[in-house]
Amino acid sequence: MKPTRFCVHSVTWVLTVTIFLFWTQSAQAHLERSQVFGFVSGFQHPWSGADHILAMIAVGIWGAQLGPPAMWLLPVTFPMVMAAGGFLGLIGVGLPGVEFGIALSALLLGAAVCTEARPKLVFAAALVGCFGLFHGHAHGTELPAGESGLLYSMGFVIATGCLHGIGIALGLVHRWTIGRVALRAGGVFIALMGVHFVWGALT
Amino acid sequence: MRRLFHQKTSRWVLAASLVLLLCPGIAEAHLVTTGLGPVYDGISHLALSPEDWVPVLALAFFAGLRGPEAGRYTLFLLPVAWLAGGLVGLRAQTLPAFAIPAISFLIPGALVAADLRMKPGAVAVLAVILGFIHGWRNGAVMQLAASGALELIGMISALFVVVALVAAFVVSLKRPWTRIAVRVAGSWIAATGLLLLGWSLHRGPL
Repeated sequence: MKPTRFCVHSVTWVLTVTIFLFWTQSAQAHLERSQVFGFVSGFQHPWSGADHILAMIAVGIWGAQLGPPAMWLLPVTFPMVMAAGGFLGLIGVGLPGVEFGIALSALLLGAAVCTEARPKLVFAAALVGCFGLFHGHAHGTELPAGESGLLYSMGFVIATGCLHGIGIALGLVHRWTIGRVALRAGGVFIALMGVHFVWGALT
Repeated sequence: MRRLFHQKTSRWVLAASLVLLLCPGIAEAHLVTTGLGPVYDGISHLALSPEDWVPVLALAFFAGLRGPEAGRYTLFLLPVAWLAGGLVGLRAQTLPAFAIPAISFLIPGALVAADLRMKPGAVAVLAVILGFIHGWRNGAVMQLAASGALELIGMISALFVVVALVAAFVVSLKRPWTRIAVRVAGSWIAATGLLLLGWSLHRGPL
């Protein structure tokens, strides 16, 4: 059944209103430094680091290259695994080599996109989950102090999901030959950036 | 002659309008002190409390994924349990806020993400538990704010509408990717709950 124009318009309106509702910031009169401002602050956080952005987009692209069910499995499991890492970071459980793990994630995920690697689904999910744990842990320890983390957490998770969505959307060009070449070139770029991040983490 | 009469009338109307504009009274319909009235206050309370409506959304998603029977159970049992919990909360001491929103995000969200096979009766039990606990919390808060049962009525009316629309929408989804999209939304809710739980343990009650 094709969606009607009315249905599409309604969904657009609901989404727009929802975005505006969540876009509220603290009143300037009562702004306190280092406090959680709400949804926007949480939404902005995942976009603040190139390593995180590249890794999330690479996950989406790799999922799209692997096709179903990996394309759907990764976006469902990744936010939860990343939140588990954030949970560990928040409660103060240490994870060794977090920065190195994050840097390595860009390198290996970029390499996976570049080579169109097709490991077993379990292995791919475990690899992505492992990296998600590192990214989540780093974010968990970086979360700013605040009285309420609800809207911040919602914004943070939705932004990460959006990054995956961008990756999946980019990965959909995989069906065309030129698209496959472009994706592999993108994988090379992400892997090279990963080398840069690894170098930075080691020195 | 008639034209002159119209001009005079227009001037009088304009002058009267200016006088009225310069003498505004206080709007009585929506006084800050009186709110919108208890029923609408209850509706707006739910709309402005993501810690309440997001778990309800997740539960409606899950009920929809489990089919029409689970949806019907949730539709009727959740508001009733919410009302019962709210009435208890109005008469009892406040519940500890610790981790309740986090767990309410985490469990229904994880169930949606996993698309767990569950009998409609079990979904109904989940709806009753979630409704009762959240109703209790809201009732306790309303008691502190000197609100009454009418606010609860407004809230459960809004709940009924939300669950009816969302669960029915999810039941109607047939294409596999649409159900996956619902599961992704569930995983986001569960992830938010997990972060909230960490936040609760780290910073104290939300």
